[in-house]
Amino acid sequence: MSLLSLENVHSYYGHIHALKGISLRIEKGEIVTLIGSNGAGKSTTLRTISGLIHPKRGKVSLDGKDISTMAPHLIVRAGIGHVPEGRGIFPRLTVKENLEIGAYTIDDDAEAERRMEYSFELFPRLKERLEQKGGTLSGGEQQMLAIARGLMLDPTLLMLDEPSMGLSPVMVDLVFDTIQKVNENGATILLVEQNALVALSVAHRGYVLQTGEIIISDTASNLRNDPTVQKAYLGVE
Amino acid sequence: MKKYLKPINLMELLRPLGQLIVFSLGSAAVLSIIVLALAIVLNNTAAGDKIFAQLKVSLFAYTVANLPQVLVDGLTLGFVYAAIALGYTMVYGVLEFINFAHSEIFAIGAFVGVEILIALQNAGLIGSGSSLFMDYVFLILAMLAGMAVAGGAAIAMERIAYRPLRNAPRLVPLISAIGVSFFLQDAIRLTESLTTGQFNRIFPTFGNFDKRITFGKIPMGAAELPFSVPIKSFIVIIAAVLMLVVLNYLVNATKVGKAIRAVAQDRATASLMGIDVNHIIAITFLIGGALGGAAGLLYALKFTRIDPYVGFYPGLKAFTAAVLGGIGNLTGALLGGIILGLLETFAGSYLSIFTMGAAGVEYKDIFAFAILILVLIFRPNGLLGENVTEKV
Repeated sequence: MSLLSLENVHSYYGHIHALKGISLRIEKGEIVTLIGSNGAGKSTTLRTISGLIHPKRGKVSLDGKDISTMAPHLIVRAGIGHVPEGRGIFPRLTVKENLEIGAYTIDDDAEAERRMEYSFELFPRLKERLEQKGGTLSGGEQQMLAIARGLMLDPTLLMLDEPSMGLSPVMVDLVFDTIQKVNENGATILLVEQNALVALSVAHRGYVLQTGEIIISDTASNLRNDPTVQKAYLGVE
Repeated sequence: MKKYLKPINLMELLRPLGQLIVFSLGSAAVLSIIVLALAIVLNNTAAGDKIFAQLKVSLFAYTVANLPQVLVDGLTLGFVYAAIALGYTMVYGVLEFINFAHSEIFAIGAFVGVEILIALQNAGLIGSGSSLFMDYVFLILAMLAGMAVAGGAAIAMERIAYRPLRNAPRLVPLISAIGVSFFLQDAIRLTESLTTGQFNRIFPTFGNFDKRITFGKIPMGAAELPFSVPIKSFIVIIAAVLMLVVLNYLVNATKVGKAIRAVAQDRATASLMGIDVNHIIAITFLIGGALGGAAGLLYALKFTRIDPYVGFYPGLKAFTAAVLGGIGNLTGALLGGIILGLLETFAGSYLSIFTMGAAGVEYKDIFAFAILILVLIFRPNGLLGENVTEKV
């Protein structure tokens, strides 16, 4: 059984028919990427999975259990972490408080403590900024914080929405190295990216979205060599 | 091994106390200086002559002699406003919406408390012959009951009148709130009329709340002016300060408080952290409502008479206080409440003297609302309104 599966999911963003029958599956331990241009429905797919939007039709299942109508806070408790587009750092909470909020569902303080240490291993910079307000961090630091916060609840599936957005190339490398490290430590990853080149370099498999539909689905290496993908998303003529 | 998750934080208990003291002393000092300057200016005018003709003291001496009393009364009122303002500001913080029915939550707290005390009086449990200790116990119980009912009413209000409109355009819940406000006023009136036959209620006379503690006499010209404070003013101040400190601790140093702040800053992301947003919003209404209800009973204790519309002016002024301090900001609500309470009391005490009776105490409210307009024009974010820009 797949860890996560979407079957013919239709979602609306206001009156816009944003997802027109998306079907995809993610197996345990994979890094899967969704690539596509602006407005293709990548973020809407993640928002539908995490329950911020409920699908009008179709089914989202986690471990075989239908979660299509579940509230977002329950989906989080079921094990899906979502690092949203624009990072969603709480600007007036300190770095520490942002991380503590990430561990909101964990009642065991020692466990939360351990995970906070794990974030500092991944991103030592955060430890230096512990008492600083989230809104005063640089873009890269905010992205680190967003990922670290997403990891606080030790999700079985971590979804990342445009983690490379607005980052310097050095920072992009750091973030994607971390994503791979997190994956090696056992988390399954669903990665949404406009930067298809980077996404396909770390992912095992990928789906290409266009105006709310999946047009191609293949392994990452095949996608890298696919002429359509190369032309539209990798900038290869 | 609690390196990052410290359980109790003494600072969070002391900091709001410090803020209260700084705000009180600061506002009191600024307003005192203004009033004393005015008194010096007006000393040699007709206003000064008139007071001299009446009391044989200079206007300045009169102003100084009355100052301690005015300051104590102003702070008492200010803390009540602050407690109400916190309800507005907390709800605004999480929903970006002004709960105009908060003034009726205040009235509910006042009525529940006063009705309980009247019933206790009729039962002979308080009033003549009752022990002072039991008087205080019953006062506290009445206040807790008022807080509980007011908090429950606030939760019900949110569930019935606001939650279904959560995603509607912003004006819609505002209109709903005004509707709820009128509805509750008349619901209180109807309930009171049906059960007691009248809707003006009087806070029962019991305990030693009306007794005044005399601190000494202040010389005013040849005469002396006694400076005394009724015990109920102390009760109001102590209760309000206690609530403000507890609230501050709750919001800044507990898990629920962190969740409230997270929901206030970004509701969608908060839900992605596993926070049940509806639950947190309900808790916010509960806390704001309980504070409002407590403020209602404190108000009834201080001013004795209540009616179903009793919440209107205090509510409006507390709202002004919240805007003045920076709506959504808890510290701002404290500061705004203190400033407004002092300002109103200063105006009420000195306006008539300074204008030779042309504009009496009845015009004191002009100041509160003039301030609201000035703040909206010159500092829309309020005195302490935060302006943290989110970096992208």
